Amino acid sequence: MRFMMIVKATADSEAGAMPTTEELTAMGAYNEELAKAGVLLAGEGLHPSSKGARVVFSGDSRTVLDGPFAETKELIAGFWLIQAKSLQEAVEWAKRCPNPMRTESQIEVRQVFDADDFGDDLTPELREQEDRLRAETAQRQG
Amino acid sequence: MGAGATARAIEAVWRIESARLIAGLARVVRDVGLAEDLAQDALVVALEKWPESGVPDNPGAWLMATAKRKGIDLLRRDVMLDRKHAEMAHALEQRQESAPDDDDVDGVQDDLLRLVFTTCHPVLSTEARVALTLRLVGGLTTAEIARAFLVPEPTVGQRVSRAKRTLATANVPFEVPTGAELAPRLASVLDVVYLVFNEGYSATAGEDWMRPALCEDALRLGRVLAQLMPREPEVHGLVALMEVSASRTHARTAPDGSPVLLADQDRSRWDPMLVRRGLAALERAEQLGGALGPYALQAGIAACHARARTAEETDWERIVAFYDALAQLAPSPVVELNRAVAVSMAYGPAEGLALVDQLIDAPALRGYHLLPAARADLLAKLGRTDEAQEDLARAASLTRNVRERTLLLERARRLAGPHGSALG
Repeated sequence: MRFMMIVKATADSEAGAMPTTEELTAMGAYNEELAKAGVLLAGEGLHPSSKGARVVFSGDSRTVLDGPFAETKELIAGFWLIQAKSLQEAVEWAKRCPNPMRTESQIEVRQVFDADDFGDDLTPELREQEDRLRAETAQRQG
Repeated sequence: MGAGATARAIEAVWRIESARLIAGLARVVRDVGLAEDLAQDALVVALEKWPESGVPDNPGAWLMATAKRKGIDLLRRDVMLDRKHAEMAHALEQRQESAPDDDDVDGVQDDLLRLVFTTCHPVLSTEARVALTLRLVGGLTTAEIARAFLVPEPTVGQRVSRAKRTLATANVPFEVPTGAELAPRLASVLDVVYLVFNEGYSATAGEDWMRPALCEDALRLGRVLAQLMPREPEVHGLVALMEVSASRTHARTAPDGSPVLLADQDRSRWDPMLVRRGLAALERAEQLGGALGPYALQAGIAACHARARTAEETDWERIVAFYDALAQLAPSPVVELNRAVAVSMAYGPAEGLALVDQLIDAPALRGYHLLPAARADLLAKLGRTDEAQEDLARAASLTRNVRERTLLLERARRLAGPHGSALG
């Protein structure tokens, strides 16, 4: 199973404050711990939302909103993708993270969808339809 | 936190901490079996106390301290208190007073490496190596291992305890082999990991064609090894092979659970992250220099498939070259068979069939279902439908995997049909 550990933004991270050498060292050690345990799949830090944009969908219309965005605590500042056997294991890994921010902050742990997660609700016919859609999308993109 | 939630949290802590715990204890007590018993004792205490007190902030250090206390008690109580045990008790006390283990990252890594070489020691049977490695290094429970290999739980339990006794009786030292011993011992470690992966990737028995959780366990072990032995190209080669192979997990199973052949797979469903990780690991193996080992060569072949956007774009000539190298390095009829298939793709089915036919009498391939399966493909391409059907039927009678048997019979049926095409 895969889980995403999502680091939520803070006023500091949104202001573009860079981590100190000490903070970088601690985070580097944590990344190494994840890698040494064989669970780390990917991880990235994100620029503040002032450098980002949103595309808003409503029917056929597409509206682009430039950052920054107001609801700081709901924004994402970075993430790890890890392999774990259970939510509890992923949570245990998250607890081992050094404080990701200088002020109070959060890491949200979410399970990544897998075709198997749909269980019996996803009938072979539905799966086939989903696969076909994926293939068509891929063709359009390719 | 409810009792159930705490139990699950303890299980998670165990999965994360147990290998380091057992490895650290084994260095002091010089007995992997005793080290695991002490670690289990500490787990029992955790299961009693944590539901009341909550999971401690540093559960790894807590478990280690508890296990050491248990060890000192046990060694002191031991009526056979000889000098060896007195020394061990003293060493445990020393370790307890010294700085927390977490600070000694290199020491922990060295202990883990010793543990891996011990659980994969040649004095043990292959089955015992697999069970002990998954349990002590992978942090899996006996029940999980039993489920993964479709054997009764007591069987796995017996395998593990017998393996621990064998290691103790044979006085297997808790150490990493050096010199000329290292290469064959490392090969044995890698083989154990790959065997676990393969059992997950193409299950040899049972209803399911794949057991992805077992692939994940093997991948995790492989990545741990790559961190422990970053200078060994074959470790990266094995990781590359497993990551690229695992990238095809979702594409190689049809909605009804039956297997999908590589050429027929929807490549948009290959996991690009695992492909990227696999190619990066292969690059590391290549950069370390020297001739590529058998795992790196197989990873090279897997990478050729991963790089081809369509089956038609596959660089079969390059794959043949990899198989040539593999056949020299690790000659086996199975490699020859795969090489024959690659040759048929690069230079035509007739050339491939000539090579396959040379293998029919190889004793190692008698009963190997993929030989008639591959031969059937080539015969079908050459328009020799009747012979192809015969070989497919033979292949179906030889496989123990239910899903695979169905697929083979289905291919035979399609060849027979009025609209039968050469390739199913």
